[in-house]
Amino acid sequence: MSADVKAGHAIGVAMKRKEDPRFVQGKGHYVDDFSFPGMLFMALVRSPYPHATIKSIDISAAMKVPGVKAVITGKDLEAAGLGWLPTFHGLDKQMVLAIGKVLFQYQEVAAVFAESREAAADGAEQVQVDYDPLPVVADPFASKTDTVLLRPDREQKTNHIYHWEVGDRDRTDQTLAKSAKRVKQRIWFQRCHPAPLEPCGCVAFFDTMGRLQFYVTSQAPHVYRTALSLVTGIPEDRIHVISPDIGGGFGNKVPVYPGYVCAVVGALKLGHPVKWIETRTENLTSTGFARDYHMDVELGATADGKLTAVKVATTADHGAFDCAADPTKYPAGMFGICTGSYDVPVAHAEVDAYFTNKAPGGIAYRCSFRVTEASYAIERTMDVLADELGIDAVELRRKNFVKKEQFPYASALGFTYDSGDYEKTLQKALDTIGYQALLKEQQEKRARGELMGIGFSTFTEVVGAGPSKHFDILGIKMFDSAEIRIHPTGAGIVRAGTKSQGQGHETTWAQIVAEELGLDPQQIMVEEGDTDTAPYGLGTYASRSTPVAGAAIAMAARRIREKARKIAAHLLEVGEADVEWVDYRFQVKGVPAKTVTMKEVAFAAYTNMAQNEPGLEATFYYDPPNMTFPNGTYVAVVDVDRETGEVKVRRFLAVDDCGTIINPMIVEGQVHGGLTEGFAIAFMQEIQYDADGNNLNTNFTDYLVPTAQEAPHWETAQTVTPSPHHPIGAKGVGESPNVGSPAAFVNAVVDALSPLGVRHLEMPVTREKVWRAIREAEAGKGKAART
Amino acid sequence: MTDDQPAPRAEARITLRLNGEPTRVTFAAYKTLLEVLREDLGLPGTKHGCELGECGACAVLIDGQPVLSCLVLGVECDGRAVTTVEGLTRDGRLDALQEAFADLGGAQCGYCTPGILLTARALLDRVGTPTREQIREALSGNLCRCTGYQQIFEAVEAAIQGAPESGNVVNRRIRIVSDGKRGGDRLRADGASASAAEARRDPDRAEARAPGALKNVEARHE
Repeated sequence: MSADVKAGHAIGVAMKRKEDPRFVQGKGHYVDDFSFPGMLFMALVRSPYPHATIKSIDISAAMKVPGVKAVITGKDLEAAGLGWLPTFHGLDKQMVLAIGKVLFQYQEVAAVFAESREAAADGAEQVQVDYDPLPVVADPFASKTDTVLLRPDREQKTNHIYHWEVGDRDRTDQTLAKSAKRVKQRIWFQRCHPAPLEPCGCVAFFDTMGRLQFYVTSQAPHVYRTALSLVTGIPEDRIHVISPDIGGGFGNKVPVYPGYVCAVVGALKLGHPVKWIETRTENLTSTGFARDYHMDVELGATADGKLTAVKVATTADHGAFDCAADPTKYPAGMFGICTGSYDVPVAHAEVDAYFTNKAPGGIAYRCSFRVTEASYAIERTMDVLADELGIDAVELRRKNFVKKEQFPYASALGFTYDSGDYEKTLQKALDTIGYQALLKEQQEKRARGELMGIGFSTFTEVVGAGPSKHFDILGIKMFDSAEIRIHPTGAGIVRAGTKSQGQGHETTWAQIVAEELGLDPQQIMVEEGDTDTAPYGLGTYASRSTPVAGAAIAMAARRIREKARKIAAHLLEVGEADVEWVDYRFQVKGVPAKTVTMKEVAFAAYTNMAQNEPGLEATFYYDPPNMTFPNGTYVAVVDVDRETGEVKVRRFLAVDDCGTIINPMIVEGQVHGGLTEGFAIAFMQEIQYDADGNNLNTNFTDYLVPTAQEAPHWETAQTVTPSPHHPIGAKGVGESPNVGSPAAFVNAVVDALSPLGVRHLEMPVTREKVWRAIREAEAGKGKAART
Repeated sequence: MTDDQPAPRAEARITLRLNGEPTRVTFAAYKTLLEVLREDLGLPGTKHGCELGECGACAVLIDGQPVLSCLVLGVECDGRAVTTVEGLTRDGRLDALQEAFADLGGAQCGYCTPGILLTARALLDRVGTPTREQIREALSGNLCRCTGYQQIFEAVEAAIQGAPESGNVVNRRIRIVSDGKRGGDRLRADGASASAAEARRDPDRAEARAPGALKNVEARHE
């Protein structure tokens, strides 16, 4: 134990990250860093057409390329019963390699296995595919007409995938009709891609015992093991999934991709390890995209701005297969959070999803399932309503907040918000940013014709799926788990079914154990991402790690503490009932001098346990009683150049309430990172397709990631209302900044342009869009555009 | 040469100074420096992110200048000095940048970290005391998807002043007190007084350290 660390006292400390000694030395172990003797490399042949019949595939030239060992096609896989993959929520299936036709540009058509990366790539070039192009559906609204049937493989002969709805449609319509004020806004949350810096990839081989060893970039290794077993028929005990260090995920590394299945098939067929690592283009064009929701948002209000009803009708573009990683019973995820932080008497939300000739996905890009779309819908439209009412957007929000004393609050769309103090968080933001001074400055600038905007987002998200009675993936309930073993010297190991991709679990999990058991966090090792050693868990996404696995760790530690109490009683020579846990040690009740530390108890558990069962370990499977509801107030201040349309984010303040904070440095980093991704979505990122279905954003020159030059300076602050149902009161924070910030950015730009009559701009709010909006407004079209 | 009969692949052999050591390596002549480092020299610390020269994950130093190793051919490195992340640690001591990144949350997933460390090292070697703007500009070719760069900037600024006294300093938190302006920046260990000051500035931030834990925070920072 380092001299300057006391036992316990570990939560709330900006402890240095335990993973950083290896990361700052370049010693992280990522999938591409693993090599095995005799390893082959895989390259995929991808379709240049968005929609085409495959007339023939000729592999003979490819097989002649020196070093090429095998080529497999969809027909080969279909013959082996491996033609299709189930998607996570079970509503659809996905082709592993194209069978009969291709449905999106860059779809996987054939897999080439060779002795080197270069030979595999050369071989892929030589696979001759004869395509017969078909009409392309590149728009979900065109898809609705069913003029071109995209998926004849399905029983339903329509492009419609599902209809989902929640709330009371009739009462919502009636209330809207009677409301004194009513606004309606069409909002498109554009198609984005999480674009982690490390592309997806895997290494697969069968060991001498015939077990599949599968190294993969996975945010959910146990689910992969089960899915691979279900798809391939390999018994689950003969599959070992290892997710080593992951170079960012943001939801992109949740789904099981066709390349993974091909690599396993190659390893089985050829008896060699097979490595497959995506190129950047493959990552951006074929793996899980996010969003792509066209939302019609309608708000009703009294004349003085009290919300009466919220209605959202969404058309979702899911691409060629419905690979959205949502829980089974929630094809539109948690979209029901679209009433936001507001006390809304009645609401209705519905989503209709359609196939198009675009890449499949619909994963959550740094957000809980569809929460970002929902949050953006309500927060953007609140500003439209404020404009309609002619009242301050902050006052409109304040007037409608769910009040502190209303928690737990049952929302009109079925969630029970656990905790929050929205008013306090808002007030803190206003005070910190100096709202009154900013308003004054804005007034002066407007008088001079300058465009300055202040945008707010007072969001609530819903994370930590979830209660098992509601949520499952492939039928597997969304609990999480932890196993803790305390060694004789008081050191220990925690294993969990989560998988950090930069969130710092090795540190925070150790801090939770140290806090609960009064041990040194430096001597608590954390192991994740190994399905042979970790208890079953559903993985890291949707901000669920701390709410679910973090709770499992605290509860497992408390189980250990209960066992330790018995041994402590023996050591203290009193009855168990006379032992209490005070200040991170056991003490004889009322006798502060008679204490024993957990470290001493740990040693006794192996050396002097009396009648107690030896050892000191516990496992806990945690099924959360409710979701958690992190929330915050974000404020963006922007200046818009009237001549060029350039938007400068002058200030941005994020006040987050994520409940108990385990490691402030890590939380701050999570918030900065999420805000930067939100900034990218608001201003830069869109996966665009042209009308012919060509993907126009196939690399980082066309799909923009903020650099050190663009990223704004972030100001952060917190309020803390601990979650009442979480063992340590934590709510999760990784995704709040991405969920909450896009609306603040766009609201700020629209606020800047509001003197010109602009009421809405679609993301990404590029300089060109802003410039055009200004020009049109100045040409007198602004008023017409307001309706 | 036809499609059926590709040409036999030429091998190249070069001598370079790799992380200070004279090194000879033989590799397929078409390989990029990134591939030679990772596949032929057994140095996996340099990362592949885009193979297109867009992301900076593969940045290394050639003769002290940051370059994207995915855009440099191995054969171009004959007689050159190449520094990778593995060469930043000297005699078992971490570079001041490495210490500062760990102190200040400069790394999250760790994938961009090697390239950013090397680019920042070249900046500090060249400029000495760069401003925040110079740091932004120097790092603008290195994408990071996790941090939003702010803790990276703070770490680079902290490293200007030299590493905290090395060793296994646990829980030391260094903060730039006056944000932005160079020269006026003071570094301080976020010890007892800093925590108290922070608590005064932002009571909720202090509250965030959780009931029961806060009172002990100060004691932990020596």
